[in-house]
Amino acid sequence: MPGLLEISGLTKRFGGLIAVNDVSFDVQGREILSVIGPNGAGKSTLFKLICSFLSPSGGEIAFKGERITGLAPHLVARKGVVRTFQETTIFKNMTVRDNVVIAHHLRSRTNLLGFYLGSAQARRDEAEFARSADEILDFLGLAAIKDEIASNLPHGHLRALGIAIGLATDPTVLLLDEPFAGMNHDETMRAVELVRGVRDRGVTVLLVEHDMQAVMRISDRIVVLNFGQKIAEGSPAEIQRNERVIEAYLGSEDESIGL
Amino acid sequence: MTTWQKLLAAAAFLLVVFLVVPWLIAATGRSDLYYTLTSVALLSIASAGVWLTFYIGRINIGQGAFALMGGYVSAILVVRYGVSFWLTLPIAGLFCAAASVLIGLPILRLRGVYFAMVTLVLTEVMRLLALALPITAGAKGIVSIPLPGALTIFGIQIIPDFTTLANPRLAFYLLSVALMVLCFAGLYRLVHSRIGKLCQSLQQNEELASSIGVNIAALRVIAYAISSFLGGLGGAIFVAISQSIYPSSFTVADSVNFMLNCFLGGLGYVFGPMLGTLVLYFGWDLLFQTGELQLLIFSVILIALMLALPNGLLSLRPSSKRRG
Repeated sequence: MPGLLEISGLTKRFGGLIAVNDVSFDVQGREILSVIGPNGAGKSTLFKLICSFLSPSGGEIAFKGERITGLAPHLVARKGVVRTFQETTIFKNMTVRDNVVIAHHLRSRTNLLGFYLGSAQARRDEAEFARSADEILDFLGLAAIKDEIASNLPHGHLRALGIAIGLATDPTVLLLDEPFAGMNHDETMRAVELVRGVRDRGVTVLLVEHDMQAVMRISDRIVVLNFGQKIAEGSPAEIQRNERVIEAYLGSEDESIGL
Repeated sequence: MTTWQKLLAAAAFLLVVFLVVPWLIAATGRSDLYYTLTSVALLSIASAGVWLTFYIGRINIGQGAFALMGGYVSAILVVRYGVSFWLTLPIAGLFCAAASVLIGLPILRLRGVYFAMVTLVLTEVMRLLALALPITAGAKGIVSIPLPGALTIFGIQIIPDFTTLANPRLAFYLLSVALMVLCFAGLYRLVHSRIGKLCQSLQQNEELASSIGVNIAALRVIAYAISSFLGGLGGAIFVAISQSIYPSSFTVADSVNFMLNCFLGGLGYVFGPMLGTLVLYFGWDLLFQTGELQLLIFSVILIALMLALPNGLLSLRPSSKRRG
């Protein structure tokens, strides 16, 4: 069955270094697929390639059967493949609500001139963005702090805001870059529920993550990278038994893949 | 501020610039002030453009280039081709906007100090171009540019021929202030519409902006084109007033001043460049008596002001919590 997002033979070289080497896998609609691997395995590079923040040295990416390799990032987003960021990348000097409202950009049905002149459609759009932003903030548990300036938020809320910004674009595939990094156990469990909730809204989730416990809990399938190459792909149970995966994590395999 | 307060403030401002100031000048006989205030109005139009590029997160020290370009476009069209001055105004602005799209496409990819440096060089490049191109008459410049003629639309005379006026200085003042009001009203609307928020998103994080689907390259170019349009417009009227233009009419120092006007007024406030220009221009004039110390004192005061009020003079207003 062809996937929603098909990655085939994807390769990225930085000078002599091959960060991502001939990686192929499919992402199915409405699944949660995690990409894991030791540090420096090429996860983040793969991520940037998928949403066109980097252009690949070889291979291609197709979304709904259509090649999206080489498009500008905003065009990839327009098609429905949207990323969130690993770092706390938000619009720092805007309120939480404004962050989410502005992220509705792709849903606007009028153009810049329409917004400038305040046309009827623009006003309908604005009203719709505001309504939808409130709904998303509610869904992610941010409603109480929506008027805070985003830079004042604590870590966990920033992560949620990042996801809120992603959701506001109405994505088909949402790429989450280490959504659980730096969280304690309780926070992670809450975030896991959140990501499940996102999937239940009909969004396909592709995530890059270090936290093995969370990955094992949340993923429908897992792709494992090591030194830029895909070494395994399968369900959490299959990955936990996979010899090559255990080898790749050798020395710390017991805890880190949750065996 | 509520909508009513805003409307009241706008009405008061219009009353002052269109009625009170001319009345005061007539009463005191200080008609030299017309030239000063006209300059402030025109420079603040150009500064408004610079402010907009700040608003998308770019430090623009190249507005002098577009003021010079707009001035030359208007002067050449009027003198060599006999085009009506009024028609050359939009042409000069659009010419600059078009040029800025060509220049902006490659250089707007640069950020921070790199963009600033390139724009700084732009002004100098434009000066050298004006010296070298045959159509600009080189260092001799273009002189004895006629005053603006009458503006007639559909047989109705809207603006009389400036040469027939008893007081062309007043006419230039009214023209410049009217355009300033229009420009700032347009800019105010821009900033308070969704486009303003998009510009802010660009200023705060371009990567995130593009990840939510904003065409950042296009938005940057649009903002820069509007900025350059304002620069060209300001330059074109300036040339009509001084009735001459030379390659040195707008120099790097002017470009720096346009930027300082924005800093001084406040980068977070639409009307910052207007206030900044007024204070900077009058401040400079007031210090004239100090002779050769003028620049030194001026610079020290500027530095002190920026240290004390990093968000500009407008951050002093009582309701400064909200960005205006």
